[in-house]
Amino acid sequence: MIKVEGLTKRYARHVAVKNISFEVGQGEIVGFLGKNGAGKTTTMRVLTCFLPPTAGKASVAGFDVLDQSIEVKKRIGYLPETPPLYPEMEIATYLTFVAKLKGIPAGEVQKRVDEACERTAIADVKNTIIGKLSKGYRQRVGLAQAIIHNPPVLILDEPTSGLDPEQQREARQLIASLSGDHTIILSTHILSEVEQSCSKVIIINNGEIVASDTVSNLHNRRRATESVHIQVAGAPASQVKQRLEQVPGVASVESRDSSDTLVSFEVHSMENYAVRPELARAIVQAGWNLTELRPVGESLEEIFLELTKSETAAPKEKEEEAVAQ
Amino acid sequence: MRNVFTICGKELKSYFTSPIAYLLMALFGLIFGYFFFSATVFFVNAGMRQQLGGQSQPMSINEYVISPLLGNASVVGLFLIPLISMRLFAEEKRTGTIELLMTSPISDWEIILGKWLGAMSMYLCILAVSAINVALLFAWGRPDWRPILTGFLGLILQGGTVLAIGTFISTTTKNQIIAGAATFSVCLLLWVLSWVSSYNDAPWAQAVAYCSILTHFEPFSKGIIDSKDLVFYISAIFLGLFLTSRSLESLRWRA
Repeated sequence: MIKVEGLTKRYARHVAVKNISFEVGQGEIVGFLGKNGAGKTTTMRVLTCFLPPTAGKASVAGFDVLDQSIEVKKRIGYLPETPPLYPEMEIATYLTFVAKLKGIPAGEVQKRVDEACERTAIADVKNTIIGKLSKGYRQRVGLAQAIIHNPPVLILDEPTSGLDPEQQREARQLIASLSGDHTIILSTHILSEVEQSCSKVIIINNGEIVASDTVSNLHNRRRATESVHIQVAGAPASQVKQRLEQVPGVASVESRDSSDTLVSFEVHSMENYAVRPELARAIVQAGWNLTELRPVGESLEEIFLELTKSETAAPKEKEEEAVAQ
Repeated sequence: MRNVFTICGKELKSYFTSPIAYLLMALFGLIFGYFFFSATVFFVNAGMRQQLGGQSQPMSINEYVISPLLGNASVVGLFLIPLISMRLFAEEKRTGTIELLMTSPISDWEIILGKWLGAMSMYLCILAVSAINVALLFAWGRPDWRPILTGFLGLILQGGTVLAIGTFISTTTKNQIIAGAATFSVCLLLWVLSWVSSYNDAPWAQAVAYCSILTHFEPFSKGIIDSKDLVFYISAIFLGLFLTSRSLESLRWRA
């Protein structure tokens, strides 16, 4: 559905995106992950035909963003980082305007506006002036604007930024509910969001793709050795440690802070051993109470930090500053 | 074409949802009304003096009232138009809504034409205020309606020119004040260019004076439609809108 080949975007003084390539299939939800200024927004702006690429090709549904931009734009719904809203308009007026811009036939405009309001749960406030809406509602109006012409591709730039946790959850549910019919690219720096809603992750750093894979593959990538946090109640620390060290595949056991009743350890496995079931069995068979057993150091967050920690010494210009002067 | 009207309608509506439309119409009504008042008082006094003096040659209301009135209106227009055009693109750039327009399946030309036509409609609404005064002339006098029509045609063409320039200037900045001030300066310059020819007959002075938008308005106010003035205004409008499209295009490359 979306194909990017060797895409480079150079601003006057710095290169925002360097020779990136990726593909997104129909119906996929792809998370675009990266720090501020990594090149997420730039890539999205190229895909939406807002910016032309300096080099390389990008196409949406088989249409080139440079040569067939009108066709591309018809097939894309775009929510920029700040929703493009006219504060003096009412929601319904605004959506009607957008619907007409997107080329919806006059007879269908009203129906589509109602539909978009329904799907983004703003139907009850649709006669409110946009300037008076809260941030969460503005984001929803922005999303309604993006889906109004029912585009096959949705590009959402940080759809949950600036929302409170409750609103973030709602926004994620909303995006998940859209996933069936649409191919979605969303950018974010919230990692849990990617884990919850995306089928594929593209991690971008300093304008380059450092990883592009499914969430579970990314997890597995670092699972050659395993670290496990264990907490046991009602047992002397030395005995527990001794018992754990006997489990096959365990490389080392480190004591963690313990209280009178609870003792904690971090267990590291040898390569290609899945030690968690064995550890649990060992504790239970010894008659102790296992209160906690969880893998350590495998969150997407750590993978992300690991992948993006290089080359951070050089000062970077913020991408947003160079934009739309 | 539908997209052009969509944008035009949105622009016109946004003038009327903010106080700016009413403010401009009131200002123009006030200033035009003042000029109308002084011109008619002058006309009536001069007419009475003539009759007392025994002269029976009729005075033309077109020549003594309408022509100077339209001339004044064109200068007032130069001052008000920057206030119409300054927000066209500057505001969209500041709030980021330009991204919506530029990622919608419409061409740059449709955006530009829509915005310019929206601003033109606003300008026409302002001019329409003066219809009250003109109607009064028809109620109590017998002015020739043809020079009035050409005069308004001139005002529209001149307004269109300045609006096209203002639209272009508005694409170059995010700041409405800067766009407004720059357009105002250009308007002022285009006005005073005509003064050069009053103290210099050299060919270059004629050429400079030719560029003044007011030079080309005078024939219209006298009821003359000269093709050279038409060509000047229409090509100036086209130039302004063309520069706008270049500027919008460069926005994509520079952004």
